[in-house]
Amino acid sequence: MASQKQTYWKKNLRYLTILLLVWFAVSFGAGILFVDNLNSLRFGGFKLGFWFAQQGSIYTFVILIFVYIFLMNKLDNQFNKKGD
Amino acid sequence: MELQYWIWIAVGLSFTLYIGIAFWSRASSTSEFYVAGGGVHPIANGMATAADWMSAASFISMAGIISFTGYDGSVYLMGWTGGYVLLALLLAPYLRKFGKFTVPDFIGDRYYSNTARGVAVFCALIVSFTYIAGQMRGVGVVFSRYLEVDITSGVLIGMTIVLFYAVLGGMKGITYTQVAQYCVLIFAFMVPAIYISLIATGNAIPQIGFGDTGSDGVFLLDKLDGLHKELGFHEYTSGSKSTVDVFFITMALMVGTAGLPHVIVRFFTVKKVSDARKSAGWALLFIAVLYTTAPAIAVFSRTNLIETVSNQPYVDMPEWFSKWEDTGLLKFEDKNRDGLIQYVADKEQNELDVDADIMVLANPEIADLPNWVIALLAAGALAAALSTAAGLLLVISSAVSHDLLKKMVLPDISEKGELVSARIAATLAVCLAGYFGINPPGFVAATVALAFGLAAASFFPAILMGIFYKKMNKEGAISGMIVGVTLMLFYMTKFKFGWFGGGSQSDWWFGISPEGFGTFAMLLNFAVALIVCNFTKQTPENIQQLVEKIRLP
Repeated sequence: MASQKQTYWKKNLRYLTILLLVWFAVSFGAGILFVDNLNSLRFGGFKLGFWFAQQGSIYTFVILIFVYIFLMNKLDNQFNKKGD
Repeated sequence: MELQYWIWIAVGLSFTLYIGIAFWSRASSTSEFYVAGGGVHPIANGMATAADWMSAASFISMAGIISFTGYDGSVYLMGWTGGYVLLALLLAPYLRKFGKFTVPDFIGDRYYSNTARGVAVFCALIVSFTYIAGQMRGVGVVFSRYLEVDITSGVLIGMTIVLFYAVLGGMKGITYTQVAQYCVLIFAFMVPAIYISLIATGNAIPQIGFGDTGSDGVFLLDKLDGLHKELGFHEYTSGSKSTVDVFFITMALMVGTAGLPHVIVRFFTVKKVSDARKSAGWALLFIAVLYTTAPAIAVFSRTNLIETVSNQPYVDMPEWFSKWEDTGLLKFEDKNRDGLIQYVADKEQNELDVDADIMVLANPEIADLPNWVIALLAAGALAAALSTAAGLLLVISSAVSHDLLKKMVLPDISEKGELVSARIAATLAVCLAGYFGINPPGFVAATVALAFGLAAASFFPAILMGIFYKKMNKEGAISGMIVGVTLMLFYMTKFKFGWFGGGSQSDWWFGISPEGFGTFAMLLNFAVALIVCNFTKQTPENIQQLVEKIRLP
């Protein structure tokens, strides 16, 4: 049981790390640190860096949370089955 | 129909709805008063969180600020949405699992210390008070502009409404009125946005529309960049702030959002841990609707404004121009006496002062939309201000009645006594907030950033380490919080109010503005906590087990 708890927590931490890396990349990466480089690319009428800062990062945030909900519900189910 | 009638109908109907809901969902126990009995559906809680979160600032000011600052305004867009990722992933599920009523509750129990609880209560009170005064002011401004009453009566009407449903209904009443308020405010925000997007680009979706071409076949953003360059402003799609500062401000706003007690407490109201995650997702989705529309409105209204006024004769200005001049939010001075309006970046030659707040409110008039749309906007702005004020009020009243009275001063108080004191605390808090709304201290605008900085410098590290680092002990957490908050207060008062010798932009530490300093204070909080923790007694075994427990679903 103890090792199961550890697996659960470790998996959770792995999901967190990956999702937070994406969170950082779209906002602080694409929207702030590399905004000038990305602005030389275009996405329709938008400069890409500007689009990430004012639109793209927000869409990604919403998707990230729903991905986490999906992953954790699956993990919770696995954990509860084995725990019974 | 006359505009004034439309406004009375829209505001009257929406207020009747809120009061009706408050009556239907009165709170009868402390659990219902603090956390709505803990049985709110995740989607309803998502809507309530969204309304709670989106204040008069989001509704009225944000699009205007972006409109004037272009890319620099992105700090608010990313900062005030990215925090929800931190909330959903790092805080909300565990705090729900912990299963108490307030944020100081968690800090006090996790760090097995009433000192920690006291520090947390102090932080919760300052953060909430700085925030609520601004909301009451917003209510006053909207009333005075649209209902033609003076600001004082406007604030008093707002106070009565909030008092009624917050005191009577507690969290239960607030939650369901916030659901209604979200619907009102998002409808009110989207209708004019869609209208204007259709007029400007023929595209009904504003988020796509502002990257589209206007009737002349030029991309709207390229046109705006060109106009800005012509008039001497910095290019709309690139910034004027330093990258370091943008980074620090965005981080402070994100972390501050995740640490705001009135947002966190909303996740105590759902049934189980998985629902806490779900409602954070829904909340951000509902918030994103407004936050992705705001930059579009910013671009449309900026282009509209420049094309309407720049180098045009003053006498030809449309009716809205003089109406907003009367409010003092729009000022024209013909410096070179040519009868034309020169709107340029150079302060010496610029003849037009436009307050950022009028961009959203005047937008329908500038775009010549029907009267009922303008009335809707008034009801929406009020919904945004009232819902946030109510949420903050509840944090203040629970901090006083639950954390201070029940947990520290009078542990033997009965449930009924606690409920009565919660209602008295809420009443006093409304009166105090109303007072600040009527007599705004000069620091209200300056302190909104302080609220985020303080939340970032105090709560976020303490809660995060409380969950993810079970060895963190009370000595570490308390000294971290105290150092973080003290430093933040020092920096803000030094550079915003000129205390401790004041200072200008060139004196900023590492080029970080006071708005972004919360990030620095937060890092220092982490560092101090970890160092102190290493040199002091270990966390007791039962607390370590408690942490183990909240990590599991």
